[in-house]
Amino acid sequence: MWTYILKRLLHGLFSIIGASLLIFVITRLTGDPVAMLLPPEATEEMVRQMRATLGLDRPIWEQYLIFASHALQGDLGMSYRWEMPALTLLLDRLPATIQLASAGLLFSISVAVPLGVLSAVYRGSWIDRVGKTLAMAGQAMPNFWVGLILILVFSVSLGWLPAYGSGTFRHLILPAIALGSYPVAAQTRIVRSSMLDVLDSDYIKMGRILGASESVLVWKYAFRNAAVPLITVLGVYFAAMLGGTFVVEVIFAWPGVGRTVVEAVFARDFPVVQAGVLFTSVVFVTVNLLVDLSYGVIDPRARVNV
Amino acid sequence: MLANNRQQTSQPLLEVNDLQTHLVLGRGTLKAVDGVSFSLNRGQTLGIVGESGSGKTLTSMSIIRLLPKPSGRIVGGSIKFDGVDIVSLPEKEIAKNWRGNRISMVLQDPLTSLNPVYSIADQLGQPFRYHYKDMSRREIRDASIEMLRKVRIPAPEKRLASYPHQFSGGMRQRAVIAMAIAAKPELLIADEPTSALDVTIQIQIMDLFRKLQEETGVSIIMITHDMGVAAQLCDRVAVMYAGRIVEIGDARDIFKRPAHPYTQGLLQSIPKIGQRQKRLYAIPGQPPSLFNPPKGCRFADRCPHRMPKCDVYPPTVELESGHSAACWLLESKA
Amino acid sequence: MSSVETATISAPRARLNLSAIMRLPFIPIFILSVLVICAIFGNQLAPHNPTALNLGMALKPPGWVEGGSWAYPLGTDNLGRDILSRIIAGARISVIVAIYAIIVSGGIGAVFGMMAGYFGRTVDTVIMRIVDIQMSVPALALALVLATLLRPSLSTVLIVIAITYWSWYARIVRAEVISLKQRDYVALARIAGVSTPVIFIRHLLPNIMNTLLVLATLQVGQVIIFEASLSFLGLGIQNPDVSWGLMLADARSYITVAWWAITMPGIAIMLTCLAANLFGDWMRDTFDPKRRQL
Repeated sequence: MWTYILKRLLHGLFSIIGASLLIFVITRLTGDPVAMLLPPEATEEMVRQMRATLGLDRPIWEQYLIFASHALQGDLGMSYRWEMPALTLLLDRLPATIQLASAGLLFSISVAVPLGVLSAVYRGSWIDRVGKTLAMAGQAMPNFWVGLILILVFSVSLGWLPAYGSGTFRHLILPAIALGSYPVAAQTRIVRSSMLDVLDSDYIKMGRILGASESVLVWKYAFRNAAVPLITVLGVYFAAMLGGTFVVEVIFAWPGVGRTVVEAVFARDFPVVQAGVLFTSVVFVTVNLLVDLSYGVIDPRARVNV
Repeated sequence: MLANNRQQTSQPLLEVNDLQTHLVLGRGTLKAVDGVSFSLNRGQTLGIVGESGSGKTLTSMSIIRLLPKPSGRIVGGSIKFDGVDIVSLPEKEIAKNWRGNRISMVLQDPLTSLNPVYSIADQLGQPFRYHYKDMSRREIRDASIEMLRKVRIPAPEKRLASYPHQFSGGMRQRAVIAMAIAAKPELLIADEPTSALDVTIQIQIMDLFRKLQEETGVSIIMITHDMGVAAQLCDRVAVMYAGRIVEIGDARDIFKRPAHPYTQGLLQSIPKIGQRQKRLYAIPGQPPSLFNPPKGCRFADRCPHRMPKCDVYPPTVELESGHSAACWLLESKA
Repeated sequence: MSSVETATISAPRARLNLSAIMRLPFIPIFILSVLVICAIFGNQLAPHNPTALNLGMALKPPGWVEGGSWAYPLGTDNLGRDILSRIIAGARISVIVAIYAIIVSGGIGAVFGMMAGYFGRTVDTVIMRIVDIQMSVPALALALVLATLLRPSLSTVLIVIAITYWSWYARIVRAEVISLKQRDYVALARIAGVSTPVIFIRHLLPNIMNTLLVLATLQVGQVIIFEASLSFLGLGIQNPDVSWGLMLADARSYITVAWWAITMPGIAIMLTCLAANLFGDWMRDTFDPKRRQL
């Protein structure tokens, strides 16, 4: 099992390095890094200093190493809009984003799982069809539009929930729903199809033979097996959530990394943009890693086979 | 072969009368079980022998009411278990009071019969949890260990915490058998329990069935396509073909004096060890489609003794006590 | 040699027989056709000029609501522009983006996927690692980086789409090619000395076409939403060009007074994506029964 863990760790590390390389390359390709990293009013002196720090006269791979070593020490540049180190700025905002992304994922799963299980158990019935329709609708609506409509209905018209800001649980509800609406369709499909497979299996038949009631069969024995494919892709969906926070945070004025980065884009505050994207990648890779490692807990077979 | 030693109680444990089970499929209705009747006494073993498609599995599924949904349904006949007609009982009733503790089953493939993500302990605990609701965790654990011991799994205390993938094929089938009999059912149906196993393991499992019957007095229905298996273990044998029973009788009688041409064909196709055979005998032809079964004898097309009379379905003729077959050839012998 | 080159022995594909045609998803096809017609003939179809300001007519509700008029069936925005006309105009961007995504992303993805699957080993590892890395960075994040470095415009959007979506195709095409590689006709072609590019085009490509098409139609919805998101954030299409996402961004500031400005463009997006997704499902069920969802 340890080989498996090691392999996954290495793979994760590789992905992070790769992501940083990708960003580094894009930056170098599209413009003068100095102009990016310094505010427009920078002095000649500052420009010269920056050139030296970045090592712009050195070969490109050395530049990357300099960049990487700075990054590892926590130096991702200085935000000129907020006048603080980019890393500190983002670390401050990170918890809010993680909270939102998790809430969004939680919402989508809590809709997808019952919908998927019931669709499978009552396959072909009206429940199945309603479920499919709901799921399809979710997949056809951009998350920011869902957010806007939610605001329109629940804040503007009904006044039940706040339209922006954060701090209380009520603030989290609308953004989480907006964020989580998109993957519900795909997740429902996954749950449904794996439930169908499992319900057909011999071991469920065996459970029936022994006299189990339907609810025990479905929710204890069948679901545990059917959950595995969903958990497999949870990492992917968390990443989707992270991607979605950029837009949803803007709509709901949620104080997270996404909104900060978007503001930075308009302020042409490149260090923050660069740091934000790196950040997101690291979080994403880490989450995937954790999901992979958790297989050992969910599926005992994975502990032996790798 | 224990029928002679067993005390026969007056009422049979299981009485199946003219059972008809159909499968409603897209292209038509399959009359898979088309008028099957037999009875089983306590402590007896009945073998149901036939090729695939003969209806033997669906017959047993009808008894335990696990027909494929939504296509399978019992459309006629009765199944009396201990005097009670269970065909009309609702599903919830069957699940709660009949399956597991009165009627139980062992399936063909032990690997797929066990849930891969739950331990043996949890799965073996099921029959106790469902039917002995006031057993404590400790009692269930002890009883489970006892069951594992009963099916001859070595070091049962250690094995309890294992997962199915850590067991060998033979051990898995033993574990499944343990699960099936844990709640002390009166009837155990075994659907080709050894087909998925190595030959050496097959013999062990057969032996296990025999021993379990001795120890617990459970009645067994053994479904198989293998006459050899039937010969080893069964008191009585029913031969099924195309949805009907064509011959039924004591195992000894069937093997010594097979009356129906199909039975004779089956026995002929068993390769004889020690004798060089030029070619192995196989009954030529295919069973008829059961969407629209022929009106006459269903084996007629493949029968070496076919007569014009066979266009009408033959009556069942009793040849000797407990031994009968449905064939026109026997008319004179009755 | 020439006969091997010219003969393309295809893997059997599902035939478009009568029963499949009867199950054609008519409504999605209808919606998609409307979309394409709007894209091509938008100028003629729109009742008003989509970009003409008319402050006197600002914030009129849709025709069926009190205070609205049927001259502006879906109402107007804060600058008096007719929303229906703008929706029709916005169709063009959506169609361009969708077609582009299919052709460019699909093309790049197919090429790399074929290379990875066919050559295996080093080439495969390298390409797949690049795919992995690429999938570690959320698409929108990448778009943000690019938008900071370049000016936001349609081209930026298209570049980001190209960079982001090719990896999906590459992965799946690679899997197909790996299994195709084992088939006899590929081996025969190699023995006969057929050059690799020809093998790609003549033998591999026709057989992955099915999968590619299915994948492409399923991606259309995603891509349209992606462009809408970018434009909404202000990183994509800019005024005075018209995009549904941009319409939503504009409408956001007066959401309290004009619900139609927020709702209508969104419904346009939703209908388009629904149609595309349903069509994609039908494509998959017809052309790739292995992947059919029960």
